[in-house]
Amino acid sequence: MAVAPSIFARLVPAIAGALLAGGAALAQEQETPAFDQQSWTFAGIFGTYDRNQLQRGFQVFRQVCANCHSADLLAFRNLAEPDGPEYSEDQVKALAATFTIDDPDAIGGDRPAIPADRWPSPWASSADARAANNGVVPPDFSVIAKARSVPVEFPWWVFNYFTAYQEGGPDYIYNLMTGYHDQAPADFELRPGQYYNDFFPSKAINMPPPLSDGVVDYEGDVVPETVGQYATDVSAFLMWVAEPHLVVRKELGFRVLTFLIVLAGLMYFSYRRLWRDVQH
Amino acid sequence: MATKSTYSPSNAFTRWVDSRLPIIRFTYDTLIDYPTPKNLNYWWTMGAILAGFLGIQIVTGIILAMHYTPNADLAFESVELLRRDINWGRILQGAHATGSSMFFLAVYIHIFRGLFYGSYKAPREVLWLLGVIIFVLMMATAFLGYVLPWGQMSFWAATVITQIFQAIPLVGESILEWLRGGFAVGNPALNRFYSLHYLLPFMIAAVVLLHIWALHVPGNNNPTGVEVKSGQDTVPFHPYYTVKDTFAFVVFLIPFAWFTFFAPDILGHPDNYIPANPLVTPEHIVPEWYFLPFYAMLRAINFNVTIPFTDIVLINSKLGGVIAFFGSIIVLFFVPWLDRSPVRSGTFRPMFKWFFWLLVIAFVGLGYLGAQKPEGIYVAIAQAATAYYFIYFLIVLPVLGRIETPRELPASISQSVLDAAGDEAPSGAGA
Repeated sequence: MAVAPSIFARLVPAIAGALLAGGAALAQEQETPAFDQQSWTFAGIFGTYDRNQLQRGFQVFRQVCANCHSADLLAFRNLAEPDGPEYSEDQVKALAATFTIDDPDAIGGDRPAIPADRWPSPWASSADARAANNGVVPPDFSVIAKARSVPVEFPWWVFNYFTAYQEGGPDYIYNLMTGYHDQAPADFELRPGQYYNDFFPSKAINMPPPLSDGVVDYEGDVVPETVGQYATDVSAFLMWVAEPHLVVRKELGFRVLTFLIVLAGLMYFSYRRLWRDVQH
Repeated sequence: MATKSTYSPSNAFTRWVDSRLPIIRFTYDTLIDYPTPKNLNYWWTMGAILAGFLGIQIVTGIILAMHYTPNADLAFESVELLRRDINWGRILQGAHATGSSMFFLAVYIHIFRGLFYGSYKAPREVLWLLGVIIFVLMMATAFLGYVLPWGQMSFWAATVITQIFQAIPLVGESILEWLRGGFAVGNPALNRFYSLHYLLPFMIAAVVLLHIWALHVPGNNNPTGVEVKSGQDTVPFHPYYTVKDTFAFVVFLIPFAWFTFFAPDILGHPDNYIPANPLVTPEHIVPEWYFLPFYAMLRAINFNVTIPFTDIVLINSKLGGVIAFFGSIIVLFFVPWLDRSPVRSGTFRPMFKWFFWLLVIAFVGLGYLGAQKPEGIYVAIAQAATAYYFIYFLIVLPVLGRIETPRELPASISQSVLDAAGDEAPSGAGA
């Protein structure tokens, strides 16, 4: 979707406006390469999640992302629900039990997690998170895959309306994961603790490159343990976290659309028949 | 041509009711035996579609309200939870959000249909005015509703749109604080927006009833713009138009279902999945697509109006933008008196047609420009389109009525139908 900066810079608070202008000026100096679009299994009207991919993505999320990022809306029980990673209930129970939940009502103030609990945040407070991450709070991952997008120029986004492609979020995450450079361009200044990433809006990102080849151990030898593969899998997993009912929604859509098309046909023939003798 | 009621109560009870509150008679005269021109085309089905979508929005909205929490700390999560954990919540929320887009699509078609066929001309001025009031209420309702999920776009839309009132000289600042219930958009604003978002749809429903009442006194306009002359020109509303409107409504539901089930987020903005944060301004603040033409007009005024040959600013660019924004709506209230042509239908106005379609292009173009960066050539085009929008209503409509020679009007609706059939017959015979 084509988006525009605010001409309301003069209407929004002056400080925010000044920060904005600074960020925009920085961004314009460096070109953004074309975004790489993946062929997601869940894209389009027939799309469904790949259970194995979600399980791999969960592994990446758990071992890498979750060290710094929360996912407040993700409950352990979700991991056992249909059309998700579909772990067994026992697996989820065992997984939850390895986490400790702060609970003022429990003896000692904490207790092991149960499937009904939400995924615990890695930080006790946003101040802690900020202190540990170069002054920024790592964003929550509950709906991150729907809160990001890749820019699509007119008229190309019009086609997305007809293919029902709204997977800009996972595309963005994939590109961000693979868009790091070891060195910033010579004319680009990074503050300490920042990294250069082609696809981050300001190019200067406070997150160190989270993935490297072999960092997560996949079962078996079938799936390559590369940054690209990890990025694809975790993007798919985050899409599921953001949109856990996508498959059910689309299945229902087919039934509703079939009904509407048949009903429209019946209404049309009723209309033709009724109006048969009226010249109009 | 207020028609005589043909309703006759069939039993003692309905006779009793009819002599006390003729509500059955009103319904019968409105939806059953209401004489309707027989030549209405599909552009005329939007009225029924709009009524249907008002119903869809109210029903889905009432159920969503059962799960929504209007609190700045809880609102975002309550919307997400209802999508995740409430049965049908994800469908209802998607339908309500997509429904607003379909509602506006239909209302724009409905308004432009009225403009082309001169449906605002005597004796239908009150009908038109009520329609503009509905449109204003719809815009307010849609804006208030967009704030409720309390994402980044919600919050910043509320901030930017309430700031519009700040541009009013002298009292702007006080009005701004009064509207927000504080110095910035926060919990008080969210609470009152929720309250008003629940109230306004019922006001819309009430004005819709008046709109239908005002329609049924003069009766429908029609594509020829020639008034109904005899019973030959009309058919009873039921079953002829109930079946045609239902067909059109079902067809309109198909794209609605497409977006609701397959791409419920595609019409929205990703930033609204980021919880509201007063400390971070989104890089791009854009309204929903249906406000973009008016947003473009608001932004097109980027210059100060000064007293000629001096530097004294009469109207600064901000106030100028706000005047253009409100003026673009207010001008609609005067359309029935601005258009001086005695001919209603654009079909018989050779010059008017061009100006009308240019207006459509300008309006759609403004919608495109509203989403673009306001720089370079885009600003100039937006200014030209805004200027044309006002020129159309304030100059073209009054002047055209005096200088244009309309084509000959058909003697009656029936005659025009016969003529059209006559035109088709030779080509049919030749084939």
